[in-house]
Amino acid sequence: MNIVVCISSVPDTTSKINFTENNTKFDSNGIQFVINPNDEFGLTKAMVLKEANGGTVKVITVGDASAEPVIRKALAIGADSAVRINKSATDSYTTATEIANYLKENPADLIIAGKESLDYNGGTVPAMIAEMLELPFVNACNGLEITGSDAKLTREIDGGKETLSASLPLVIGGQKGLVEESALRIPNMRGIMQARSKPLAVIEPSTTEDLTTSVSFEKPAEKGACKLVDADNVAELVSLLHNEAKVI
Amino acid sequence: MSVLVYTENWEGNFRKSTFEAVSYASETAKLLGTDVIAISLGEVSDDELNKLGNYGASKVVSCSGIEKGDSQAATNAIAKAANGASVLIFSNTYTAKMIAPRLSAKLKAGIVSNVIALPENTSPINVKRKAFSSKAIELATITSATAILSIAPNSYELIETGGSCSIEADSTAEKGAITIEGQETASGKISISEAEIVVSAGRGLKGPENWGMVEELAELLGAATACSKPVSDIGWRPHGEHVGQTGKAVTADLYIAIGISGAIQHLAGVNSSKIMVAINTDPEAPFFKAADYGIVGDAFEVVPKLIEEIKNLNN
Ligand SMILES: Cc1cc2nc3c(=O)[nH]c(=O)nc-3n(C[C@H](O)[C@H](O)[C@H](O)COP(=O)(O)OP(=O)(O)OC[C@H]3O[C@@H](n4cnc5c(N)ncnc54)[C@H](O)[C@@H]3O)c2cc1C
Ligand SMILES: Nc1ncnc2c1ncn2[C@@H]1O[C@H](COP(=O)(O)O)[C@@H](O)[C@H]1O
Repeated sequence: MNIVVCISSVPDTTSKINFTENNTKFDSNGIQFVINPNDEFGLTKAMVLKEANGGTVKVITVGDASAEPVIRKALAIGADSAVRINKSATDSYTTATEIANYLKENPADLIIAGKESLDYNGGTVPAMIAEMLELPFVNACNGLEITGSDAKLTREIDGGKETLSASLPLVIGGQKGLVEESALRIPNMRGIMQARSKPLAVIEPSTTEDLTTSVSFEKPAEKGACKLVDADNVAELVSLLHNEAKVI
Repeated sequence: MSVLVYTENWEGNFRKSTFEAVSYASETAKLLGTDVIAISLGEVSDDELNKLGNYGASKVVSCSGIEKGDSQAATNAIAKAANGASVLIFSNTYTAKMIAPRLSAKLKAGIVSNVIALPENTSPINVKRKAFSSKAIELATITSATAILSIAPNSYELIETGGSCSIEADSTAEKGAITIEGQETASGKISISEAEIVVSAGRGLKGPENWGMVEELAELLGAATACSKPVSDIGWRPHGEHVGQTGKAVTADLYIAIGISGAIQHLAGVNSSKIMVAINTDPEAPFFKAADYGIVGDAFEVVPKLIEEIKNLNN
């Protein structure tokens, strides 16, 4: 089984987010980039499936050279090879188009992406890839079992879960639950050494036109000081929430 | 040129987020000088469909033979109804997150998700959205001829117009390559992403046996219950309750955080709530810097008192 894992690199979750050039660009100064947490679950799941069923695991990213450390980390975790499409990901439609075009030439049995990237929070690339390849898609997927070419899946829905079945090829938007958090693989010394000699192909993008652009960014309005209420006077809090904030 | 809105139902009933999307569509249509057409998938009674008129839909296309969880079939049905629409509106539900981007690819229509306000301009469409797990707000433009907007639940008000709508049945039945085998939902639970009030608790509560008061408080307030990540990781609470940057996003009117320290990853997912209350024994807990109201105190004393006071208020 050939598995492709789509990886986006995102600022570490502890990052303070700032903007430059008159609030039009994300300020990557001092930011540590990591594998998008949803994709980490997908990558470990891909490794587990490969160990059980044989096959290969390839990671793919749309990004400029600054994405390479993150790609190398995915190789160190165990992916066999990597592809980087040399374009900074500015729009989800073009990002999906690049990935879909690659997959049309190099088909995979299973395409694992994440339910959303933690930077732009689009949550749109995986479903677009599925549509472009005319494949079934399961989002917020938190369980996947494969027997031959049959897949049994679970996905999160409001207040519960749904069980589905489909045949490969298939695209999923994965998340926590695909594997347990405690099972997430981290690179070891041997993996890091091996990653250096694993193939990382850099291919040029097909020229596609962005359908959306970022105009500017702002930070949410600063909160005023917190009004502290004495622990012996809970009635005061209820009165403030009722009369001042008018939320209860 | 019309505005098309996807109106999601749950076992035949619309929810608040559906009406929010229709209200939003209706205001957007006014900006464009056009009408709102709603599309509904699956079996929904005419009585229920008629409610959409009250939020501004002039016509509803009802495709009873399409299952909403079948994203391929749903996408095709909506694309057919969207013929000629310039803007497509969704509420950002689990199902919409599967369908809206597929439509974007199919119609070559730019999509902006997590939208929190009406478009600032309409040609091209400029609209504000949440990004960086609510650490920032982005203004985005859609340059394609057709635009898709997916609205964050609870970020747009309901506007009743008193209007009515016509209903057009579309009997197309289609099935994509996926089979829905079954669903398990905790019935009667209010969903976190749509809730107006969320009562959330963290490791400060010491153990799962102490959640009774959290549930009681939530029940009194008509609120959803949520928790911090370590609480669901240790298995004190179900994973579906995990909120924050790597969990669910909360956009409630009121978020009450009990025994939660206020780590950056937690705040990132909850701080677009309008009012936040922190209850914590530690006056230095970072949550107090983000909260509007706070009580420095022991949850085991404060929460029971809060329950009593809210009972008094309700009487
Ligand atoms: C990659 C990554 C992603 C993460 N994503 C998330 C996320 O999405 N959501 C999330 O929540 N966390 C997330 N975290 C974890 C986060 O960093 C914090 O560890 C976590 O939010 C802390 O949970 P807590 O506040 O419940 O526990 P603690 O930090 O242990 O805080 C407990 C609080 O309870 C208070 N307390 C103790 N006793 C009482 C009492 N009797 N009454 C009142 N208060 C009391 C304490 O003063 C303390 O402030 C993430 C971390 C990483 C590394
Ligand atoms: N630039 C990218 N390169 C490769 N995969 C991506 C890229 N952007 C998004 N993805 C994939 O799509 C998922 C959802 O991303 P998004 O739609 O941007 O929220 C991510 O978890 C990745 O699996």
